Amino acid sequence: MYKQTVRRRRAVLALLVGLSLVLLTAYFGESSGGPLHALQRGAMQVLAPIQEGTGTALKPFRDFVGWFGDTLDARDERDKLREERNRLRDEAIGAQAAQRENQQLRRMLALNRTGELSDFEPVTSRVIGRSPTIWYATLTIDKGSVDGVRVNQPVVNGDGLVGKVTAVSHGAAQVTLITDHTSGVSAKVVTPLVTSSANGVTGLVQTAVGRPSDLLLDFVSRRSRLQKGDRVVTAGSRSNQLESLFPPGIPIGTVTRVDEEELSQYQRVHIRPFADLRRLEFVQVLTPGSGGGDEDRAGSP
Amino acid sequence: MSALRPLVLRLALVGIGTVLVQIAAVSQISLLGVSADLAPLVVMSVGLLCGSVAGAGMGFGVGLFVDTALLQTLGVSSLILLAVGYGAGRLRELRDPAHGLTPLAVGAAATALAVIGFALMQFLLGVDAPVSLLLIRDMLATVVVNGALALPVYGLVRRLLLPVLPDDPRRRRRRAYVTGGLSPISRA
Repeated sequence: MYKQTVRRRRAVLALLVGLSLVLLTAYFGESSGGPLHALQRGAMQVLAPIQEGTGTALKPFRDFVGWFGDTLDARDERDKLREERNRLRDEAIGAQAAQRENQQLRRMLALNRTGELSDFEPVTSRVIGRSPTIWYATLTIDKGSVDGVRVNQPVVNGDGLVGKVTAVSHGAAQVTLITDHTSGVSAKVVTPLVTSSANGVTGLVQTAVGRPSDLLLDFVSRRSRLQKGDRVVTAGSRSNQLESLFPPGIPIGTVTRVDEEELSQYQRVHIRPFADLRRLEFVQVLTPGSGGGDEDRAGSP
Repeated sequence: MSALRPLVLRLALVGIGTVLVQIAAVSQISLLGVSADLAPLVVMSVGLLCGSVAGAGMGFGVGLFVDTALLQTLGVSSLILLAVGYGAGRLRELRDPAHGLTPLAVGAAATALAVIGFALMQFLLGVDAPVSLLLIRDMLATVVVNGALALPVYGLVRRLLLPVLPDDPRRRRRRAYVTGGLSPISRA
């Protein structure tokens, strides 16, 4: 009897381990259009309304727990905000002067460009799920292909760039955040001082796994003098061959630190994203407007 | 087999409920800079209450559901959580720990196994991630947060499963001592 129990236990364990390994191998072996991926998309389709309902039902609980955390963080936040207010006041004064100067220069150059985002039609979506691990920085939103959402479309919120759409079902979509290890965004630096040598410096914004509040701007030459507080926005290339997924000028974050490694020709620039990616409730997917580009366009990051 | 049907049904409901609550609420609450991960705690609780086979099965099922719902690589969470469930179940079968704080220690250990296992799997699958202090800090914070939640989660799972748990002779024996029956020592 004992031997039979042991044999049964080991058989179940071997079967489950074997099944896991088969799934893992099959998943890696197939393309994104394969049956397992299709199964996942189908499951997402089914689960989206349930997740949405659960999320709505549990919102009071989330808010209640969040209230404690918010209260604890409030004092630190207040001091930081006071500092930021003072800094922004100074910047605003400088910006007003720069804006007047900018308008004059634009008029002089007859530069009459409209906003880069005016080509897009934002689809506002509610966040209905998020990956619990630090390995996958993904969200599930309640808008899908029926709302015009397609793979690779940029996702923003009021603060700046959030990520891009990586999977779409009928009524839901998965958004991979800019803090995911697979993400890469071409970006450029915008400094408050127009004459700064760092203005317009480009690089690639990447992330290290497990650092949700710390992005890295890589491939920035050591000669560029970047400073704490410089802003980073999407570069957005308009090349026919390698058109960027992200339109230019979307705010990404602010420079917090610059590391210069002795033996590297590049410096590592740390950026804090503008968008609070751990507390997203609503995001906007930038779908092509009526006069926009292709729906399924793909290109470089 | 039909006697086990209510248990299997409850395990399935507990698993589905866990993943939904995890995705829709718990993942969006930040404690010490990380989110709690209920899956290893629930699987550990099932292992401690029902044994290694049920623990492994629950781990596999919950892992598969997590991977499917979150569009993650299928099989990774299943493999890790089935190890967690099997380990907790074997602990019960071999040691039968009766101390009230056992779920806390086993919960923290299960979470540590899950986060380290997940990290190892990611490295094996080719994710290029530096082992930074921040990453280790996040892993430790997850273990601490989950450790704090282990006892209530275990209590809740126990309450949900207790009516359908198969009768355990050892549990009956222990109950007999507590409720006035004579232990072998006092009988002697």
